Amino acid sequence: MKLTSRILPSSEAFQANRAAHLAALETVRAAAQQAEGGGGEAARARHVSRGKMLPRERVANLLDPGAPFLEIGATAAHDMYDNAAPAAGVIAGIGRVEGQEVMVVCNDATVKGGTYYPMTVKKHLRAQEIAAQCALPCIYLVDSGGANLPQQDEVFPDRDHFGRIFYNQANMSARGIPQIAVVMGSCTAGGAYVPAMSDVTIIVRDQGTIFLAGPPLVKAATGEVVSAEDLGGGDVHTRLSGVADYLAEDDAHALALARRAVSHLNRAKPQTVQWQSPEDPAYDPEEILGAVPGDLRTPYDIREVIARTVDGSRFDEFKPRFGETIVTGFAHVMGCPVGIVANNGVLFSEAAQKAAHFVELCSQRNIPLVFLQNITGFMVGRKYENEGIARHGAKMVTAVATTNVPKITMLVGGSFGAGNYGMAGRAYSPRFLWTWPNSRISVMGGEQAAGVLATVKRDGIERKGGSWSAEEEAEFKRPTLEMFERQSHPLYASARLWDDGIVDPRKTREVLALSLSASLCAPIEPTRFGVFRM
Amino acid sequence: MFKKILIANRGEIACRIIETARAMGVGTVAVYSEADAGARHVVLADEAFPIGPPQPAESYLKGQTLIEVALKAGAQAVHPGYGFLSENPDFVEAVEAAGLTFIGPSASAIRAMGLKDAAKALMEKAGVPVVPGYHGDNQDPEHLAGAADTIGYPVLIKAVAGGGGKGMRRVARAEDFADALDSARGEARTAFGNDAVLIEKYVEKPRHIEVQVFGDGQDAVHLYERDCSLQRRHQKVIEEAPAPGMTAEMRAAMGEAAVRAAKAIGYKGAGTIEFIVDASDGLRADRFWFMEMNTRLQVEHPVTEAVTGIDLVEWQLRVAAGEPLPMTQVQIPLKGHAFEARLYAEDVPKGFLPATGTLTHLEFPTGARIDSGVRAGDTISPFYDPMIAKVITHGPTREIALARMTRALERSEVAGSVTNLTFLAALTRHAGFAAGDVDTGLIERDLDGLIADPVPEPRLVAQAALAASGLMAAPAPMAGFTLWASLERSVTLLCAEAPRQVTVRLSAADRAEIVVEDRTVIACRDASGWRFDGARAVPMARAGARITLFSGAAPVFDLVDPLDRAGADAAGGNLIEAPMPGLVKAVFVAAGETVAEGQRLAILEAMKMEHTLVAARDGVVAEVLAAAGDQVEAGAALVRLEEDEA
Repeated sequence: MKLTSRILPSSEAFQANRAAHLAALETVRAAAQQAEGGGGEAARARHVSRGKMLPRERVANLLDPGAPFLEIGATAAHDMYDNAAPAAGVIAGIGRVEGQEVMVVCNDATVKGGTYYPMTVKKHLRAQEIAAQCALPCIYLVDSGGANLPQQDEVFPDRDHFGRIFYNQANMSARGIPQIAVVMGSCTAGGAYVPAMSDVTIIVRDQGTIFLAGPPLVKAATGEVVSAEDLGGGDVHTRLSGVADYLAEDDAHALALARRAVSHLNRAKPQTVQWQSPEDPAYDPEEILGAVPGDLRTPYDIREVIARTVDGSRFDEFKPRFGETIVTGFAHVMGCPVGIVANNGVLFSEAAQKAAHFVELCSQRNIPLVFLQNITGFMVGRKYENEGIARHGAKMVTAVATTNVPKITMLVGGSFGAGNYGMAGRAYSPRFLWTWPNSRISVMGGEQAAGVLATVKRDGIERKGGSWSAEEEAEFKRPTLEMFERQSHPLYASARLWDDGIVDPRKTREVLALSLSASLCAPIEPTRFGVFRM
Repeated sequence: MFKKILIANRGEIACRIIETARAMGVGTVAVYSEADAGARHVVLADEAFPIGPPQPAESYLKGQTLIEVALKAGAQAVHPGYGFLSENPDFVEAVEAAGLTFIGPSASAIRAMGLKDAAKALMEKAGVPVVPGYHGDNQDPEHLAGAADTIGYPVLIKAVAGGGGKGMRRVARAEDFADALDSARGEARTAFGNDAVLIEKYVEKPRHIEVQVFGDGQDAVHLYERDCSLQRRHQKVIEEAPAPGMTAEMRAAMGEAAVRAAKAIGYKGAGTIEFIVDASDGLRADRFWFMEMNTRLQVEHPVTEAVTGIDLVEWQLRVAAGEPLPMTQVQIPLKGHAFEARLYAEDVPKGFLPATGTLTHLEFPTGARIDSGVRAGDTISPFYDPMIAKVITHGPTREIALARMTRALERSEVAGSVTNLTFLAALTRHAGFAAGDVDTGLIERDLDGLIADPVPEPRLVAQAALAASGLMAAPAPMAGFTLWASLERSVTLLCAEAPRQVTVRLSAADRAEIVVEDRTVIACRDASGWRFDGARAVPMARAGARITLFSGAAPVFDLVDPLDRAGADAAGGNLIEAPMPGLVKAVFVAAGETVAEGQRLAILEAMKMEHTLVAARDGVVAEVLAAAGDQVEAGAALVRLEEDEA
């Protein structure tokens, strides 16, 4: 039951793997650091000189001291908009306030005045989606000038654009998921609805403002000259308009008031699973870097990762002798029972059937699922098509798509093709989807894609009686290869919020545990599967 | 031996007596005022009886009540402890009249030593040296001035009935004598109802050395001396035995004089003969003079117990029960050196003002004898002496005993009240004291250095900040977890009324970087707990938002609650407005008038109710904007206060 590792930490391969992972990690760390810097030194100094806390300081002082903070989309908008919107200008994540898990969404006014770029909207909506799925109270630390006007076509009109924020607030509130806003800066135009749509709103005196139109727009529209404070300051809104409920003297006071508001929510976490006392893995998670090959094309035993992730390295493997390219089994992560579905090679029909079976088991037992995704796809070829691999794959996809137990996906390697679907890719709404710095995601491998395109091209040339040299072919394939390499990189993916963030592989266990804990803040609804093609 | 005794006292001395009585198989009866119902001495005693309200005059000084309790409880004897009724001859007589034994000297012995001039005359007759002076009945100022001239300046004017420094004046020059006499007399009259004074030679480098005596009514012995020169305004601070620099010759001379004094009054029980010693030329057998006799057990008796190995309370009980002195003079050992420090709840920087408070935390290290009447959770009330404990150390040499004292004081943990602990510890490190070069002026001379309250070093502030964040205990799983950079939390602490800004960055469950102003302190946790810049965390206690670190100056930190914004809503209170439309019934103030927060300014009648409008803050009325009889709209300004300067 306890896994036995076959890795030799002293081996050359181990050291080479580790070096490769650390290099990949460094690239991501640099990106994360850049994101944490927000709008840069000058903007930060200006922000602080106004007596305001920096956004991360606000988050820190809102949360319980020392409580873990699981950040969402830490490198969102990386290398987008000419890098004008680090972290997409908003910090989001799950933290604890008064012992309760909450979703914090905090505008960064040092980034273009906290205005909403398309990725800002997407990140805000993603945070709300997580909050809605996990029934997490939302605390919005608002300091934003509203929609970024030059980007208005990508921000305002569509279903999943700005308006959806307030739609979500209303619907979460309707479901009894508390919505708390702390107005610590501007809340202009559409932004005004964040506090207005909240259950409880706190505003900072002489700092927070809420109005549908700011003084310049008012003057343009009606000629009225009015100061921001008189138009929609803290005093006005807590005394006259009633748009806000509590008046705070400064950021620290406002955050303390928000904490107090959470203390009066009267919510309890539902009893969903049988927790055990957490236990460290028998194998050091630090060794993940050396145990997993630096090159995606090198196969390895996924149990080496499981052994460094689960409590006591204990893993009750289900159906170990059948469909061996997928590993399924029961374990605990930080005391939380989980069912693990992990790739250990290309998917065959048996593996897909086994996975579907296992997902059914976990669904029936209310056991959350953890997907360790490293998949090049389903097996191809006549034998496999004829035996109905698509039918078996469909069973797996149906099970994964329709189960109601929380799914957490960790992209630990490749995520290519239909394998992504069966292993709870983004489209299958796992509660959380995280990726490792060495992971790659695309519809197929770059080599394969370039190969397909080259084959079509060669066929066309040769049909016309022409000839195509190997050099010409290589030159033809190069842009495709480069495009796939760039677009499949986790920073590219994470910038676009195809996932919830890139994580240090050594923190896999903590990330899974925090994701599970957040997911289990919501009751697990009974599962009703779709029709399985038998 | 007695079967049961009543202890007519409270606090540490009551506990001290109960412990010995219990060890001797003697039953104990405690008494307590309303303030002491849960006190340690009440819990320790076999029985306990309430005797009245907290004020001593209503309880511990009510002799008749105490005697009634003793009789009711079936006690055979009464131990008075020190203070309260311990030197009250009328009480002794009342106890004896009730058929009980008073554990202490006779009423006549107490009376003989009660008035200082009479006592000195008596001692002079017995051949005990007394300070040159005038102790006569002629209180004519001219005559007294003449006496002063005879003695030679500087002289000391002292109230005959005095004590505690009241009615006492040092006069350096003849021309100042008349004024000093007037003021000493005035003070004596107020304090003691008796303005008679005596004139004494003023001793230049005085040391206070006292000799413990014990008598059984027939014979008397001495148990060597104690040096109580470390005093502040005549209050003893640290006592020791033997006296530093004491010679065999001088000890013999003082001991003999003290025994002579005790025998002169047929003394029975424990007593102390206080001498003043001129140390300007070292200790010399011809330079000590009788000051007074304390006819009771002294606060500082434990140092004598430490160096002789004798339980003085046991001797008190045995002698009171009729036994002869348990030892002859030659049998009494003198071993090593001992110190006693008096730990008080007092505010040293504010001039040693007695303090009160609930002791949220109280712990003493091993290696010292602790005589205490309080436990953690007990309250130091304003009704009694604010003593927390006596810390007593003993060692083969003075140096070792003193080092043990320093260590004991540095490791004593008291939270919930300010204390003189830091001051005491500083005193034990004083170079002159360490060298044995003491005199009664040492503390006053070096007071500034002794009460210096250093700003706590960043390491301690960092510990307080981590504690204030609730992170000192074993960390929760995943404490400090973040995906990338750690979060930095700001903490504001108040230390000695000054705010200290600290940021705490928990980078792992067992590691934190704490920035105190400009200094970064690295905190790491291992199996032994947190270390700050490599140094182990100091012991600490937390009660609510208050954190006390037990290190050196024992800094106290208060976590500032961001919610604690008193008066935040008071701003904008310049204008008093009508809360709804109504009729002004009355206006009580006029422009220029000073008003206090909550003061009634006007009455508005509206919706069948009379609404009283009050000032939101202290201030001055700038203008009154409405008069009685006016009909006003909601929001109409009625009174305006002048802009607040602050």
